[in-house]
Amino acid sequence: MKLVKLSDFWMHKTAEKRPTRDGYGEALLELGEANPQVVVLTADLAESTRALPFGEKYPDRFIECGVAEQNMMGVAAGLALGGKIPFVSSYAVFSPGRSWDQLRVSVCYTKANVKIAGAHTGISVGPDGATHQALEDMAITRVIPNLVVIAPCDAEETRKCTLAAAAYQGPVYFRFAREKTPVMTVKQTPFEIGQAYVCREGYDVTLIAAGPLLHAALMAAEKLAAKGIEAEVINSHTIKPLDTKTILRSVKKTHCAVTVEEHQTTGGLFGAVAEALAKHYPVPLEAVGMPDSFGESGTPDELLAKYKMTEKDVFSAAIKVIKRK
Amino acid sequence: MAKNLQQMNKIANSIRQDIIKMLVTAGSGHSAGPLGMADVLTALYFGGVANLDPKKRHSPDRDRVILSNAHICPVLYATLAHRGYFPKSELKTLRKLGSRLQGHSNSHFDIGIDTSGGPLGQGLSQAIGLALASRLNNKNDAGRLGPSFAEASVGRRAMRDVRRNYHTWCLMSDGEFDEGQTWEALMLAGKLDLREVTILIDRNNIQIDGYTEKIMPLENFSDKLKAFNWFVIEVDGHNIREILDAMKKAKAMAANPTAIICHTIPGKGVDFMESQFEWHGKPPSPEEARRALHELRTLGGKIKSEHE
Repeated sequence: MKLVKLSDFWMHKTAEKRPTRDGYGEALLELGEANPQVVVLTADLAESTRALPFGEKYPDRFIECGVAEQNMMGVAAGLALGGKIPFVSSYAVFSPGRSWDQLRVSVCYTKANVKIAGAHTGISVGPDGATHQALEDMAITRVIPNLVVIAPCDAEETRKCTLAAAAYQGPVYFRFAREKTPVMTVKQTPFEIGQAYVCREGYDVTLIAAGPLLHAALMAAEKLAAKGIEAEVINSHTIKPLDTKTILRSVKKTHCAVTVEEHQTTGGLFGAVAEALAKHYPVPLEAVGMPDSFGESGTPDELLAKYKMTEKDVFSAAIKVIKRK
Repeated sequence: MAKNLQQMNKIANSIRQDIIKMLVTAGSGHSAGPLGMADVLTALYFGGVANLDPKKRHSPDRDRVILSNAHICPVLYATLAHRGYFPKSELKTLRKLGSRLQGHSNSHFDIGIDTSGGPLGQGLSQAIGLALASRLNNKNDAGRLGPSFAEASVGRRAMRDVRRNYHTWCLMSDGEFDEGQTWEALMLAGKLDLREVTILIDRNNIQIDGYTEKIMPLENFSDKLKAFNWFVIEVDGHNIREILDAMKKAKAMAANPTAIICHTIPGKGVDFMESQFEWHGKPPSPEEARRALHELRTLGGKIKSEHE
């Protein structure tokens, strides 16, 4: 198995930190230049979803829909049927939260080539509180046929994910976050939809992460190594289709696993991995994620600590799952 | 090839007969809406105003039709079959396992249908997206979206090849104006002066639970649409000439999108179904179908049927 090399500096306190949404904004500008079919829609959230620079540079291909997510999703479906590649930009709690029926029928049933960008996902949305913290989006998208679901881990991977979504023929949902998080990948790090990769090798436990919490998994692996426990870390950025092959190859070696995600532990990455392992190779499995609960206001760090989604929690989950072997 | 009025009235009658036959064979489905819209669909597909031709079903500049209230798809299927998009013999497969004629129309098969519908209120948004795509392709119409991307990104000569301009016709029911999404869509089309889209509304005054004015009153319907920057034309939905005149006006509009309110009688052509909301969502029994077909073949007893 090929080990994917990350940035040499991801562990350092001085490592670069950027919000994943920045990667979306940058990729849209690249796409605006490279592909005249790309169209961007937003529902009164141009700035905070980072769709605005595209809108300023390509006003003819930018559609401001007002606060109307259901209509926005349908308009995107129509644009796709007319040969365009529309990017639907809003907060994930609203789109696909409010526009799920439109996503299901107008987009996915029709196989319309629509890309849905869900911003402000995870508990780390912070002070806005529970209503704006998308913790269910992967669960509600993962169950729709024909839809690809991706949770990139940092700004650079979000940029690559956006470009890959544009190149892919069919509906894609991808999520990103508001807060600055460590940039772990570099330009050379490969990204392919549906292709998970191992970024640290080990044989005692497999840590499977999706999204910015990959950093917590990597940090926990360092701490585990200090205790003589070798953890294998997988970046499973694509939740659907899940890269079962890469996960199974690792778990057959480690015989236990922990999933790490900023999402409800029901229906998201934990759900997807549990389904795959139950079917192919049942082993003890623990979850780090939101424990079937709504969030609340607070700083991102306070909330991640309170709801047990830090490197410490990954560490304890790993110890716990190893004991269950 | 456009048909004359007399021919079109005959076609609409045959479409109604096919609807009855399809529904009785299927054993489920909606009766009133499809019968009520047979004249509008005939005008759309046979009247020569819309650019629709089975021989050019994949042409990028063909007009687009969105059936938003997809539960009336039997009338669309029958019309498409009469127009030559697929064999009429296939109509009897409606709602059967493996059929291309699903209970609500979808885009999966090559039968002349571009989108999928069912949940009410989703069609107009899709129609707006298609119309916007057409506008983006049209170098002559800058509209509020500014100069088209094509103008900016390719040379003028290449322009002629990528230009694909078409009109989008969206068929809707009055009931789906209860949906919030419909009004979101109306607002956006009004904001963009989206003259590339026209809606044909089946104003038959019924929905599943009863009369529209009792379930959720729409009046003053026309004023509401005008307030959203739409140009509104009201027509007798059983007068094909009136429908075609309104469609021509809509296509010639310089700015506003057009809403054509087609006043129809649900169950039109079958006496015991006309204006009865109970017939919204059920098919005729074999005996009722026999009576309905007799009435359609004899034009309500005015002529003798050649089948009897």
